[in-house]
Amino acid sequence: MAGRAVVEGPESFLRAITSPQSIAALQLTFLLSAIVVLIDAVMGTLIAWVLVRDEFPGKRIVNALIDLPFALPTIVAGLTLLTLYGPKSPFGLNLAYTQAGILLALLFVTLPFVVRAVQPVLIELDREMEEAAASLGASPLTVLRRIILPNLAPAILTGCALAFARAIGEFGSVVLISGNIPYRTEVAAVNIFIQLENDDPGGAAAISVVLLAGALLTLSSLELLRRRGSRHEAVA
Amino acid sequence: MSSDRAPARAPRRRRSRVALLVRGIALTYLALLLVLPVLLVFVRTFERGIEPVIEALSRPAFLAAFRLTIIVTVIAVPFNAIFGVIAAITLVRHRPRGGAFLNALIDLPFALSPVVIGLALILVYGKFGVIGPELEARGFQVIFAVPGIVLATILVSLPFVVREVMPLLREVGTDQEEAAATLGSGSWRTFRRITLPAIRWGVIYGVILTTARSLGEFGAVSIVSGKLSGKTETLTLHVEERFQSFDPVGAYAASVVLALMALAVLLGMSVLQSGVIQRRFSRGDRRQAADQAVR
Repeated sequence: MAGRAVVEGPESFLRAITSPQSIAALQLTFLLSAIVVLIDAVMGTLIAWVLVRDEFPGKRIVNALIDLPFALPTIVAGLTLLTLYGPKSPFGLNLAYTQAGILLALLFVTLPFVVRAVQPVLIELDREMEEAAASLGASPLTVLRRIILPNLAPAILTGCALAFARAIGEFGSVVLISGNIPYRTEVAAVNIFIQLENDDPGGAAAISVVLLAGALLTLSSLELLRRRGSRHEAVA
Repeated sequence: MSSDRAPARAPRRRRSRVALLVRGIALTYLALLLVLPVLLVFVRTFERGIEPVIEALSRPAFLAAFRLTIIVTVIAVPFNAIFGVIAAITLVRHRPRGGAFLNALIDLPFALSPVVIGLALILVYGKFGVIGPELEARGFQVIFAVPGIVLATILVSLPFVVREVMPLLREVGTDQEEAAATLGSGSWRTFRRITLPAIRWGVIYGVILTTARSLGEFGAVSIVSGKLSGKTETLTLHVEERFQSFDPVGAYAASVVLALMALAVLLGMSVLQSGVIQRRFSRGDRRQAADQAVR
């Protein structure tokens, strides 16, 4: 595929990725994905915390529900969100054909990544460290900031990287709720789809290469992070 | 002990209030994002009773889509299970040259947008693709036909089994396999009696994930299928088609079928996971014990 994008010549590749509509789609995709990852980092860590450290009835069911976005087909996820936050919303909150709607869809499909990355680390986290800090007079906030978050940071980053890679390529859950209005609610994956339907595989391939580069960059930095992490462990 | 309990009481109560707040935020977020939307789909589906739903689920287009989805899954899952086990054993046990590269390559379907995977298939097997025209001249159409859908499904769900099996293979090590070999067991018998039981749960978990993805794949399939109703329309494509044709009951009914299959998958996952987490716990304990022994 990269071959195809190159064979058609660098000019047509540049033309395809610099067409205003494609630029708008790529900008929107990367911007929304960045916002989604930030929310995921906070909410995912919070949810993982509640699932590991808190006790309440029905916790096991909540824990199982976290995987729902992985199990539910993306098109059903999109339809599902459109039912609650669409034109017939019982809350009167219509996010159909808006960027907020896309954000919602991306939050839905990327929910499990940070939770599932942080959970096992939190389970194995040595509580003696926190207790020692607290007995030395550290406030709960200090314990959180100086002990817990630094220990969780690699796991949070891992989850974020996976969520980001997923978000920039997301298609199924977004396609119904976004309405795919060029320049406003058209994400990169939908842009690829539309270019292909308009018989422009060269243009579609060019945008794909940009998405591919984004995903590979994200995942290779994750791999670097992992190696650094294991070196730390070896030194310790 | 009793002397420091009194001053500790005040902060503990404050922390429990914070804990309640954190729990509230987490559960509200999950309710608004996950639970309510999915529940509402069920409510909307059966709003006008069960007859319209049954009617929608007995239309030929739905039945054909359901059948196609099952056929595709029945081909893709065993293929990926067998490939996954072979690939995992090759990568972990035989460490081929370029193994690190292959390892990264297997993850590619996770990193790539399904739309890009579909596009890649078109660029290879399409009308103007690399080998598409030659195949078509021999009467074998891939794109806009069932083989393309199967291929797309296999590609997007490729990594699951490999990823679940590899860590288990690393963990069990080669001692038992070597012992079996020294005792004269053939390689097939060693695999069947030693290796397979060790990686069994990983294979099952991977198969569950592969099944969920195969049933629910939309992006890649939507590009290569051509969406011919009754011929190359899978269940997920049928949901979209019904929705775009202003037939909410049809879309919701098919969605509920998919959602129920997803819930079944979820149930399987959580049953298996509770076992895995228990194992992880015991492993953690063992590691801690080992650490303490070293100290």
